[in-house]
Amino acid sequence: MLAVMESADMRPLDDKQRMELHLRSLISRVAQDRDRQAFAGLFDHFAPRLKSFMMRKSASAELAEDLVQEAMIAVWTKAQSYEPSKGAVATWVFTIARNLRIDRFRRDGNMPLTELGDYDEPSDAPEGEELLGRKQEDGLVARALESIPHEQREILLLSFVEDMPQSEIAARLAIPLGTVKSRMRLAYGHLRRLLETGL
Amino acid sequence: MIPTHHLDDSTLLAYSSGTLDEAFMVVAASHVAVCPACQAAVRSAEALGGALLERVEEAPISEDCRARTMASLDRALFTGRGPVTPRTELPLPLASRLSVSRFSELPWKKKAPGVAMLDVKLSGRANGQLKLMRISAGRAMPEHGHGGEEITLVLKGAYIDHMGRFGEGDVADLDEAIEHRPVVDQNLDCICLVATERPTRFKSLTARLMQPFVGI
Repeated sequence: MLAVMESADMRPLDDKQRMELHLRSLISRVAQDRDRQAFAGLFDHFAPRLKSFMMRKSASAELAEDLVQEAMIAVWTKAQSYEPSKGAVATWVFTIARNLRIDRFRRDGNMPLTELGDYDEPSDAPEGEELLGRKQEDGLVARALESIPHEQREILLLSFVEDMPQSEIAARLAIPLGTVKSRMRLAYGHLRRLLETGL
Repeated sequence: MIPTHHLDDSTLLAYSSGTLDEAFMVVAASHVAVCPACQAAVRSAEALGGALLERVEEAPISEDCRARTMASLDRALFTGRGPVTPRTELPLPLASRLSVSRFSELPWKKKAPGVAMLDVKLSGRANGQLKLMRISAGRAMPEHGHGGEEITLVLKGAYIDHMGRFGEGDVADLDEAIEHRPVVDQNLDCICLVATERPTRFKSLTARLMQPFVGI
């Protein structure tokens, strides 16, 4: 798909797009051939990031690595359900890690995780997703992140990476809960405009 | 029916980052399940999560962790697409927490004339509370505010307040300052799923709604 886009746009691939193509080829080798070397490539790319992601709050390095292992094994076993049209590999890996983190940190473990479906669940909104999948390759999401004010990006980071509920973010930054929410709305509004208009 | 009242963007983001409290997460998920617009919005928010994951500082992985992971691949079972989930009358996130699959089988507790409630059990780490509410057709609820965080999803029937008509799948994710006086449609009982903060700081939902009936 990217190759088609490239010829249509007459634009060279940037580093991010090249990396994304590389990751996708690794995933498809894992899915189709159970290629361990391809998996090792995915591990070396994602495991250090996932470790940061799992090192929230009280988590020890040991626990974080256990969770990294669990997340990466899910990448191995679920590789067939990755749908390139739905978005970047990192987005898929994020949803796997997020679900795992909810399981470990936010519930007793005996409750089924049916709230946040796995990324591979069929959805009734293919058009929007196709669109997002394509535009995401264009780096729009990364661009949105770079172009929002620091104070909004900080909130997104605390929420998505540091795993902090809105009330905790408010306490950490010593700002009202309403301010946390309004910064989230502004950040998301900006992303939505970028995705809709591409500008 | 396609919902017309949606989750607030800040709720969508918190939901997608996995940081919503369980009570609110169940309500949000039950709305997203029937709302194409919010499904697309969640995908966009998840893409933000993916982009943020790419930006985090890398933490060095021990050789042991890498070796253990590689060694366990042979034992890991490949999973294809998951089995089709059974359809229940209740949203799946809710059905998985109750032992019934139909509204008529729910063990309602009468709280006042025309008002029945049911607590939904959550895991021990949940901070909020989750309740099902059944309000009889045609009944007007007393005017009440929302002292703390509160999200309501209509599962069956409909009600009208000054914000508009809330039918099946619609969600009221309102500012806590808003007071309203919902009136349920004439021909059908209204069943709602309501997530609230644990009533330590605020009077409980039940207390707020029952006040006019029981005179406390």
